Amino acid sequence: MSELKTLYKEGVWVNNPALVQLLGLCPLLAVTSTVTNALGLGLATLLVLIGSNVTVSIVRNWVPKDIRIPVFVMIIAGFVTIVQLLMNAYTFGLYQSLGIFIPLIVTNCAIIGRAEAYASKNPVHLSAFDGLMMGLGFMIVLVVLGAMRELIGQGTLFDGADLLLGPWAQSLRIEVFNFDNQFLLAILPPGAFLGLGLLIAAKNVIDAQIKSKQIAPPEAEKGPRARVTSLT
Amino acid sequence: MIISSMAKNGAILTAFALATTGLVASINALTADKIAEQEQLQLTAQLQEVLDPKSYDNQLSQDCVIITDEKLGPHANQVIYRARKNNKPVAVVIRHVTPNGYSGDINLLTAVLSDGTIAGVRTTKHEETPGLGDKVEVKKSLWITTFKSLTVEGEDDARWAVKKDGGQFDQFTGATITPRAVVGSVKNAVLFAQTNFDDIFAAPNAECLEVTK
Repeated sequence: MSELKTLYKEGVWVNNPALVQLLGLCPLLAVTSTVTNALGLGLATLLVLIGSNVTVSIVRNWVPKDIRIPVFVMIIAGFVTIVQLLMNAYTFGLYQSLGIFIPLIVTNCAIIGRAEAYASKNPVHLSAFDGLMMGLGFMIVLVVLGAMRELIGQGTLFDGADLLLGPWAQSLRIEVFNFDNQFLLAILPPGAFLGLGLLIAAKNVIDAQIKSKQIAPPEAEKGPRARVTSLT
Repeated sequence: MIISSMAKNGAILTAFALATTGLVASINALTADKIAEQEQLQLTAQLQEVLDPKSYDNQLSQDCVIITDEKLGPHANQVIYRARKNNKPVAVVIRHVTPNGYSGDINLLTAVLSDGTIAGVRTTKHEETPGLGDKVEVKKSLWITTFKSLTVEGEDDARWAVKKDGGQFDQFTGATITPRAVVGSVKNAVLFAQTNFDDIFAAPNAECLEVTK
C-alpha cells in the first residue's frame, strides 16, 4: 500500500516528469496552446506510458541486459503507433491538430526513462501504477500550462473540446473574456517557456514552504542518534 | 561463446520485432476502414462548406480529375471535383495551394459555378501566425466568405487584390501577406476553372481518394 502512495507522490509531485525531471519538453512546449490539445497529448502519453511499462515489466525476466534498450524502444514505438492509429480513427480532428507530435511521443524520454528506471525492475501491477502516475503528472502539467496559455492568449477555455470528446463537448467552451487581438506571446512558443518557468517556480516555492514548516521539529529529535544508515 | 550469445540476442530481438510489428499490423487492419471513413466524412464536410449540396446530385467526392497546372500552385496533382445535376455540369471544386503565405503553403478549396462565379472558398490547411494571418480560417474570421458570388473578369481584373494594392479585399491588421496570397491564388483558380470548365468535365474520372491527403 505504501509503495502505491510513494509512486503516487513521486509521479504527480516529487519527481514529476515535466516539472522536476524536465523530460518530454518538446511536446510539452509545442502543443499546450489550448487545453484540448494539451489534454489530448496528455492522454496519449498516459496510454503509451501504461502500455509500455506493463509490457516492459512482463518481459523483464526474458530480456538480456545487453539488448534491453532496443527492445524497450521497439515496445514504445509499437504502442505509440497503435495510439496514433486509434486517434486517427476515433478522434480525427484532434489527430490533425496534434499532427507530428503524436509520433514524437516515441522520443519522449519520460517513457523510456520509466521503462529503464522502474518497470524493468518491478512487478507488473506496480509498473502499471507507476505509468499511470507518471502519465498523470505529465498530463496535469500539460493541462495547467494549456489552460494558462489559452486563457491569456485567446481568452477562452476548452476551445475545440469537441475534437477530443465528441460534439456534445462544444458546450464546454468558456469564453472568459474577449480580445480584439489575441495576445500572441502566450500562444507562440515563448509563452510556453515562460509559463513552464512560472510553474516550476511555483512548485519550488511550495516545496520550500512545506520544508520550512516540517524541518524544525525532527531536527531536534534526530540529535541523539549516533548513526544513520542510508535510507535507500 | 560470443557467437552463441549474439545468436541468442539476435533471436530475442527478432522475436520482439515480429511481435510488435504483428500487433501494429493487426491494429492497422482493424482501424483502416474507420480511418478511411473519417477521411471521407471530413472531405464531405469540406465540400459542403463551399458548395450547397442541394445544387448537385452526383457523388461529388468520387467524381474528380487530377490536374497539374501552375495556376493551381507549385505542386503536381491537384484534385478537382465535378458537381453535376442530371448529368449536366453544375460546378467544379478545386483544391489549390499558394506558396506565397507568411509561413509555408496555404491549402485552399474553391468552388466555381458554371457561370464563372464563386460558390465558396475555404482554407483547408495553413501555418500562418496565430492571431494575425490565421484569420483566413473560417473559425477565426468570416473574411474567407467574402469571396462568395464574386467573379473574375480576365487576367488583369484590378479588383482582385487587397485594398492596400488597390483591390476590393480587406487585409488584416498586421498581416497583408496572407490575404494577398489567398486572393491571388483564388483568382488564378477561378481563371483556370473559367477557361477549362468544359475540358474538366470531359476528362475521364480519376481515383480521388488516393490523392486527397
